Amino acid sequence: MAKVMKPGEANGGNFVQCKGCKKTLFASEFKDNLFVCNYCGHHHRLTWRQRVECTFDEGSFKPLDTELVSVDSLQFPEYAEKHTASVEKLDQNDSVVGGIAQLDGIDVSTAISDFTFMGGSMGSVAGEIITRALERGAEQKMPVIIFCASGGARMQEGLLSLMQMAKTTAGVHKCREVGVPFIAVFTDPTMAGVLASYASIADVIIAEPRCLIGFAGARVSKQAQVVKAPDDFQTAEFVFRSGMLDRIVERREMRGMLTSLVSMFGAHLREGTNG
Amino acid sequence: MANSWKEWERPLLDLEDGVLKLKHLAARELDPAKKAALEKRIEDFEERIRSFIEVKYSRLGPWEEVLLARAEPRPYTLDYINQILPDFRELDGDRRFGADHAIVAGPARFDGQPVMVVGHQKGRDIKERAYRNFAMAKPEGYRKAIRMFEMAERFRMPVITFVDTPAADPGVESESRGISEAIAASMLSMFELTVPVVSIIIGEGGSGGAIGIAIGNKVLMMEHAVYSVIPPEGCAAILWRDPGKKAQAAAALKLTSASALEFNLVDEVIKEPFGGAHRNAVEAGESIQAAISKYMGELQKMSPSELKEQRYQRFRALGIFETE
Repeated sequence: MAKVMKPGEANGGNFVQCKGCKKTLFASEFKDNLFVCNYCGHHHRLTWRQRVECTFDEGSFKPLDTELVSVDSLQFPEYAEKHTASVEKLDQNDSVVGGIAQLDGIDVSTAISDFTFMGGSMGSVAGEIITRALERGAEQKMPVIIFCASGGARMQEGLLSLMQMAKTTAGVHKCREVGVPFIAVFTDPTMAGVLASYASIADVIIAEPRCLIGFAGARVSKQAQVVKAPDDFQTAEFVFRSGMLDRIVERREMRGMLTSLVSMFGAHLREGTNG
Repeated sequence: MANSWKEWERPLLDLEDGVLKLKHLAARELDPAKKAALEKRIEDFEERIRSFIEVKYSRLGPWEEVLLARAEPRPYTLDYINQILPDFRELDGDRRFGADHAIVAGPARFDGQPVMVVGHQKGRDIKERAYRNFAMAKPEGYRKAIRMFEMAERFRMPVITFVDTPAADPGVESESRGISEAIAASMLSMFELTVPVVSIIIGEGGSGGAIGIAIGNKVLMMEHAVYSVIPPEGCAAILWRDPGKKAQAAAALKLTSASALEFNLVDEVIKEPFGGAHRNAVEAGESIQAAISKYMGELQKMSPSELKEQRYQRFRALGIFETE
């Protein structure tokens, strides 16, 4: 049976199977529905290109920092091979793509992480692109929106990856100093080193329904304590109840939500310019 | 391959134990000839210990460094505080939810000057380990740390942090109270400081739990400490689906102090006494004191805004990549 449609594959099969309820969907309808199942509401993971299409003004996204290339500085087993395979398969340099885009004509600085590239893991390149997106927002007085989809820090870059947690946090610090709003969108999954750094200290945090959000792997968490984990442990709904995020927003509402937020929280930045 | 520090140092510990017993016998021996013979044997044993340490410590691999960093008799945060930070007054509570004993914090004096101290604290016996939660701090611990950093800023006190944790607490309760946010917010509050900050990795620098309080203007590391993005056991489980390959993972992760220095991720490695900090805690404490003294001296020449900017630039620069 056909799996979830990948970009450019629509011509092949006319049908797609939902990863949630396993029902068969029309490929064209599925795409029009922003890759959300119209039976069960399962939000399928998006590549960064699909995310751009689903979110920003048409044709407004301009990728930046695409010249950054990862280095296997630890000579970590199998890292170079895995990384090269992802680069070739996905035609992108690393797990995060940064750039500028518009929402109803408002300029925003953005970075989008793509889980299909080595689990969206954050190494030196991803950390640099995220930090630059935050700094670009701070310098050019643009709101920053970052889409998270990551298993955490990239262990193949060792301690250098851990340092990306500090570096990206420093980027958030820059935005706060100059009053630039930073919005994080948690998508499936947002975990570990990414969650425990820049993502959790955004001014506003929005999550897609039922996405996985957590610090430790669910197995580790459940082993670690006698306290029973609720059935929806480490889902957006659990994290929302815990008071750790602002809103759970369905994909078709996401663009409107983000546009309103950047329009209001970023109004003071645009005064006297184009606002 | 040894699984614990005790196993790895077993023959050495047996020798040291033997010396203690011989010394005890010699002290009670009245016959001068027998006493001299015992003393000769003691000297002999001590020589064997010295050469054993020399050989063993010259062949330390990454996995053995992990074992040493985790060794129970290693000096912990409070040991160093008691030695080099007089008048420490432990303060507690996050004013939100609870008290966390995996992190100790409070004002003390360093070289006579008031400073704020924050550090992870391990326990030595079963009871204390449970009380300290194995130095795995919960959100409350990091929120207490934030309170201390904010007081240090208000009252213009330099900050010293000691890092020694296997990881932040990964439990269900910690997740529901926002352990990730607490770690990130703690890092953020350290970036906001305009007072000098020196962080020292004294034992285990375990991923997010460690870096949460390690945003120093200067970051120092003890010779036999480790600093890693993931524990070697976890790395082996993910990579090779076999936690038993922890020694290979330790090697791949480059988690030793020498590697951290090579990649410029720490500013200085503090040399440990012969045979490790656990063989001479006082000497180790003196080395830490000298290092803090040196860097505090440098940092106190900088203005508040320079201190904040230097810290930002220090971490901003970390990462290795190329441009096409």
